[in-house]
Amino acid sequence: MPSEASDAPAIEVRGLVKRFGDVRALDGVDLTAAHGQVLGLLGPNGAGKTTLVRVLATLLEPDSGSASVLGLDVQRDAAKLRERIGLAGQYAAVDENLTGLENLTMVGRLYGAHRAEAKARGRALLERFELTDAADRPTKTYSGGMRRRLDLAAALVAKPPVLFLDEPTTGLDPRSRLSLWAVIEDLVAEGTTALLTTQYLDEADRLADMIAVIDHGRLIAEGTSDELKDRLGGERLEVRLDDDADPQIAVRALGTMSDEPVAVDGSLVKVSVRTRRGAIVEAVRRLSEAGVGVADLAMRRPTLDDVFLSLTGHAAEHAGEGEEDASHDGQDERAPEPERAA
Amino acid sequence: MRRLVTDTLIIAERNLVRLPRAPELLIGVTIQPIMFVLLFRYVFGGAIRTPGYDYVDFLIPGIIVQNTAFGGFATALGLNEDVSKGLIDRFRSLPMSRAAVLGGRTLSDVATNALSITILLVTGVIIGFSFHTSFLDAAAGVGLLLLFGYGFSWFLAFIGLLVSSPESVNSVGFIAVFPLTFISSAFVPVASMPDGLRQFAEVNPFTIIVDAMRHLWLGAPAGNSVWGAVVWTFVIVAVFAPLAVARYRRVGR
Repeated sequence: MPSEASDAPAIEVRGLVKRFGDVRALDGVDLTAAHGQVLGLLGPNGAGKTTLVRVLATLLEPDSGSASVLGLDVQRDAAKLRERIGLAGQYAAVDENLTGLENLTMVGRLYGAHRAEAKARGRALLERFELTDAADRPTKTYSGGMRRRLDLAAALVAKPPVLFLDEPTTGLDPRSRLSLWAVIEDLVAEGTTALLTTQYLDEADRLADMIAVIDHGRLIAEGTSDELKDRLGGERLEVRLDDDADPQIAVRALGTMSDEPVAVDGSLVKVSVRTRRGAIVEAVRRLSEAGVGVADLAMRRPTLDDVFLSLTGHAAEHAGEGEEDASHDGQDERAPEPERAA
Repeated sequence: MRRLVTDTLIIAERNLVRLPRAPELLIGVTIQPIMFVLLFRYVFGGAIRTPGYDYVDFLIPGIIVQNTAFGGFATALGLNEDVSKGLIDRFRSLPMSRAAVLGGRTLSDVATNALSITILLVTGVIIGFSFHTSFLDAAAGVGLLLLFGYGFSWFLAFIGLLVSSPESVNSVGFIAVFPLTFISSAFVPVASMPDGLRQFAEVNPFTIIVDAMRHLWLGAPAGNSVWGAVVWTFVIVAVFAPLAVARYRRVGR
């Protein structure tokens, strides 16, 4: 558990710049994360998320600006800092030819533990991440989700007070994603500070206390998930009426659910609701009382595209740069979205 | 310093544990060298004149030196793979010695080289090779080989971190190391080469190492070859170890 003086934030970044040739991967980023907080760094591929994580994890030296973790400067105090951080990434950095247990034991020993000690810690982590059955199998036989869990386990070997999770679920199937989310939520509940990068708003929404939106190496918005959603106009209920129904009756019925005017587009009625909870049931009740026939009804959640459209005026670019980035487009598998109308 | 030693051993252990699980690597250090020995002994051997020695005696020290040089490619390919798979990122984020990943790599090459040297010597003896010197000299020869192999692995560690893909690592092998080992005294007497090539072969460090091996195993005149070989090895390490470590510190995808 963190023993640092509480006056230094867990993560503090000031005016950070990192150039690769002509490209400014980081173009003056300021960022702060408090102890025990999960800071979600949200942005498309190439926004600078990974570069920032690499600077904070002492893998990359910035060109200017400063960055410190637990009060330790990433350049001056790099050696000391490495004992206090864990890094897990989208590339699942485990040795394919070693077993799960061998991987974790190796990492533990490299942190300075004795073999027996490292092995015991490895076994405990495998148990926790439900990998005990696969402990003695080379990790090349693991599924993508299992590898990510092992990668995350490797980051936790030394019980670091600060974790960097670089797109931990990118490229995973929905079920593996959910199970990894549960694991991360557990960790966070224990008080670990985490910087989580993601392309998915729903992921940041679920896991992060604070969300910072980054694009082209610049921070373009910062706030809690609710604050960001407010800037997006919250969540929208979209109701497709029966052909013979009168949209104006529906507008009157639903009007008091929203602070904003209800939009009508043919037989499609759009309502920015104040809260997602119970909105669908409430809308159905009101429409049925008003005698309006409903053909279809869905909650349209803000997506990364919406954030980008509203914050930058351009759509998020999903062109994949990594090996496994392109497969997931940021939709929420729990609440299927209607086709984008706009 | 203690950290460097323990971390190096941990990484070397990791490299060796995974060896039997990656059959293609194991074939590289076992089957392939045997194949080359047999090809040279029986296909080319009859056509090559080696005054004073049976060709099999002439060949074995030479081909073992070449094979030891190629042993270091496990380091180049392994590091290259570790970079592309993100493992180097993991290692660099750990509070471990900055030189240990490279040290562990080059050290595990010593073990695999010892294995392939043993295999080649056994093969050699089966097809007619024999030591013409004392046991101590022969053992010194094996020691010199392992030392040279270790040094050369540092050159290949640098290459492995410098180039972008395993294919490029292989290109370096074919474009640089193949000619270097062939234009030497490894397979034919240097005197048989045309002008230009001969002068190059005479100063080629591989000629010096091979001549040192022939001195220690066959009793051929030593000249300065044994000391020359040791000096060359230290020069290679002195130049390429710092370069490789510097590269390791900033390597990234």
